Amino acid sequence: MLEIIIIGTLKVIAVVVVVLTCCAYSTLLERKVLAYMQHRLGPIYAGPWGLMQPIADGIKLMFKEDIVPDRSERLMFMLAPIVSFIPALLVFAVVPFSSDFSMFGYEIKGVLSDLNIGVLYIFAITSLSVYGLVLAGWSSGSKYSLLGGIRSSAQMISYELSYGLSIVGVILFANTLSMTEIVNQQASFWDMFIFRQPLAFLLFLTCGIAETNRLPFDLPECESELAAGYHTEYSSMRFATFFVAEYGYMLAVSSVATTLFLGGWQGPFLPPVIWFLIKVFGFMFFYIWLRATFPRFRYDQLMAFGWKVLFPLALANTMGTALWVLLTDSVN
Amino acid sequence: MEQKTLTLNMGPQHPATHGVLRVILEVDGEKIVKATPVVGYLHTGIEKTMESKLYYKAIPCTDRMDYLAPMSNNLGYCLAVEKLMDIEVPEKVKWARVCLAELSRIKSHLVWLGTHAMDLGAVSMSLYAFREREMIVDIYEACGGQRMMTTYIRIGGLAYDLPPDFEKLVRKFLKEMPARLDDYETLLTNNQIFIRRTKDVAVISAEDAINWSLSGPMLRGSGVKQDLRKDNPYSGYENFDFDIALGETGDAYDRYKLRLEEMRQSLRIIQQAIDGMPSGPYRAHVPGVVLPPKEDILHKMESLIFHFKLITDGFKSPKGAVYQGIEAPKGELGFYISSDGTNRPNRVRVRPPSFVNLACLPVLCEGSLISDAVCAIGTIDIVLGEVDR
Repeated sequence: MLEIIIIGTLKVIAVVVVVLTCCAYSTLLERKVLAYMQHRLGPIYAGPWGLMQPIADGIKLMFKEDIVPDRSERLMFMLAPIVSFIPALLVFAVVPFSSDFSMFGYEIKGVLSDLNIGVLYIFAITSLSVYGLVLAGWSSGSKYSLLGGIRSSAQMISYELSYGLSIVGVILFANTLSMTEIVNQQASFWDMFIFRQPLAFLLFLTCGIAETNRLPFDLPECESELAAGYHTEYSSMRFATFFVAEYGYMLAVSSVATTLFLGGWQGPFLPPVIWFLIKVFGFMFFYIWLRATFPRFRYDQLMAFGWKVLFPLALANTMGTALWVLLTDSVN
Repeated sequence: MEQKTLTLNMGPQHPATHGVLRVILEVDGEKIVKATPVVGYLHTGIEKTMESKLYYKAIPCTDRMDYLAPMSNNLGYCLAVEKLMDIEVPEKVKWARVCLAELSRIKSHLVWLGTHAMDLGAVSMSLYAFREREMIVDIYEACGGQRMMTTYIRIGGLAYDLPPDFEKLVRKFLKEMPARLDDYETLLTNNQIFIRRTKDVAVISAEDAINWSLSGPMLRGSGVKQDLRKDNPYSGYENFDFDIALGETGDAYDRYKLRLEEMRQSLRIIQQAIDGMPSGPYRAHVPGVVLPPKEDILHKMESLIFHFKLITDGFKSPKGAVYQGIEAPKGELGFYISSDGTNRPNRVRVRPPSFVNLACLPVLCEGSLISDAVCAIGTIDIVLGEVDR
């Protein structure tokens, strides 16, 4: 019994540390990739190739004054970054990052918790993140933040639907909600769900960008109009928490996409964890690439795109897949 | 239920207002009911300062108005003073001035393109545009030693002769720039998101544009063929072969395409100017008004006296008033100088294109969304230094 607790705790700590490190270094990755795409060098002074930059940033932010505006709702204002940060971490509880392996004579599972409703859990958890943004926008007591908060809630709610529907196809094929089971079903290359559900994959990717508030869907915080939107008034570590949360979500969405569509940790030659990380950072690179290329949508166009294009497509995909599964089942 | 609008104060510290413009927006949700631009946050009293200075000492003030196109400002002021003093400049000076002014047009348009695209979210564009701007700035540096505040064009000529590597630098720029312009087009012109953000946004009809006395790309974007370089040629523009780019609908997308086309036309003009650059003196020979060449000062008594008199006391102008308008990158830039016969201008009044164009901002963005206001401010292409002066 004690063994299980100790192993479990160690695993949780390891995963949290790895996820947070990944978040920190995603910022460096983003700055570096963006810089090279824009003919710049990016951070170069902190350590070789700027490798210490995330740490320098963290220390800097920690020592900054923590300003709480007079007109803010104090409690909510302080709570909001945490509300938005926690769900991003919680997602990783059910993401299988490796096959089962043994270490020091113990059999260790490659997932924190093999929940049999893992997919459902993820969607329940990620939906909570919107509260963080709304609370931040509302409690700041600033008009820009309020507009940012309203935008983000509208945006996330409208994209949540297509986001959820896009994976129903995968679930119909896999016939399970367990993340581990879904990964196990994609053992060979052509078994990956991206080939069986290409449309769902594209929908998931698009909605994922909208969910994480990244360009071209980064309206809640769009720099040029709302001057950073919901986190305008935040400073110091509270701001950093939002920042880490955003990267946490990017990582979360990337991991979920990897697990559901690209076969998770499955891959030849290299260890499973490495494969998992390669795939996840492939998605991260894609996000950054988009940011370097595209302008952003206008608010109303974004909503129209979500409801008039993505939602019908997701619905059609779900219906089509359901029909297909029904027909093949009855033939068998 | 009573409906209330929200007053949103955009600026003077705001990333999308290109400096210290303040716009008071009345918004109903995300929709703009009323927009009121408030200017004056960068007022530096440039016109008044110019009045207190000798004619040629006022040139540096012009650099600081539209600091994105300093050569055009220098040119406008110098042409006005030359008109007042009735100075005819050598052919070489005219050609060099055209070349430099067109470079400044490209420079200004590049900054516009970069910032406008960045306002719409395409961050990379601004860095690409600034990369190309760097080449022009290098040419300026080679000419007068200064990169931004050039003060290179002087009354009656240029500050120095064109540098030996001027032709090489300009030709290099001419060779590289067309491909870069094509690159911008691949990034933006057919980009669905960019088209959606700019098409039918910030529209102004030809009639409105004329009534608001707009000029430059803002006017031509609505399809009005008006360009001082053709209509009222100055500095020898009549010798050059180029087309006036025109828009049709007068929306932000039209103006984007128009400005890109203007850059191409400017390249054409620069090509002609550099190919046909005549040789000769770089300053007019007008003793007592234009500085004599440096060699003469060292060898000729009269030149030394003129030099000394000019530097300490300037020159006296005839009584009267002149107006000289030029086609600056942002529109018609006019200098009105009235003289009371002393060595300082009695009144200098600048007709700034940015300020006049900015006045139509409410027309452009009332009834549209907050995001469109950002697009509208960007598409007018203002420089606050020029708006407030």
